[in-house]
Amino acid sequence: MTAVRVLFLLLGVVAVGSALLVVTTRRVVHAALWLVVTLGALAGCYLLLTAELVAWVQVLIYVGAVVVLLVFALMLTRSPTAPVADLTTANAWFAGIVAVAVAGVVGTTLVAGFRGEVIDLAGASIGGAEAIGTAVFATWVLPFEVLSVLLLAALVGAIVLSTARARRRDREGIHDGVHDGEGSG
Amino acid sequence: MPLLYPLLVSTLLFAIGVYGVLARRNAILVLMGVELMLNAVNLNLVAFDTWHGDGLRSGQVLTLFVITIAAAEIGLGLAIVLRLFRVRAHVDVDRVRDLADRDGAGPETGAGPEVEIGDEWAGDRTGEPVDGSAGRTGDGESVEEADRPTQPARSGG
Repeated sequence: MTAVRVLFLLLGVVAVGSALLVVTTRRVVHAALWLVVTLGALAGCYLLLTAELVAWVQVLIYVGAVVVLLVFALMLTRSPTAPVADLTTANAWFAGIVAVAVAGVVGTTLVAGFRGEVIDLAGASIGGAEAIGTAVFATWVLPFEVLSVLLLAALVGAIVLSTARARRRDREGIHDGVHDGEGSG
Repeated sequence: MPLLYPLLVSTLLFAIGVYGVLARRNAILVLMGVELMLNAVNLNLVAFDTWHGDGLRSGQVLTLFVITIAAAEIGLGLAIVLRLFRVRAHVDVDRVRDLADRDGAGPETGAGPEVEIGDEWAGDRTGEPVDGSAGRTGDGESVEEADRPTQPARSGG
């Protein structure tokens, strides 16, 4: 049990540290790569919490798909790989205050509410594919189907957004001269 | 394992995500902050599911749903960001101020130096049809036909 505890703390430190680097690094691409570390450490946390299927879905979808999408978007928006000076607003101190306040309020609430509670990992049943699949297709069928409609809507929306007037714009060659001046912002 | 371990990790992740959303200027980095916040919520859900241990697996199934919604959200968000880049040639959210509230200022004085040529919202402001041939000079018309089914040249075939 204590090995699990130590392992979880290590993974948590890795996740929080790399998340800090995600929001503070001056290189845009490095932020995406540190995000991979955060998400991977979180997948390890899920494994330790017996959520096996969720861990693998996390690796597949987040690390596999979402981060690749983000890196593609960085590439398509011509983000520089060199350090960028003004990646953070001048009001970052205020954002820091808000973040500290959020952490304080939520952390205090959680400590006050759940101090002393213990997760019984030995007695917990493993959330493998069979258990989660049974739950999804027995109890959660309706949300599951609604979710598929939502995915379809998001798909159509993304297609419409990315193709609607872009072809006209490309044809007129408007953004030939615009890119080169201030692509990096 | 104490329940507070995952809860505190997720609290810190959520706060870091809030900071990222508020402090970053690049729209893609803002989306990364949103992802951090969603992952913090997921960790909370999984931790409470294991702690509570109901037979329905509510927390883990909800985590899967949140992951799905996050994937949809990131797809739409990046489509919007790419669209913004196409129009403005930057993704700096501090400089996208079209909807900013300005007292008594018209669109011309309010838009400031950020209006690029080919700004497609400019057509919307002046009531001129954006898709139409109002400002068209005639070049590129052959490609344009593909989009317009009512074009007389196409209707014959």
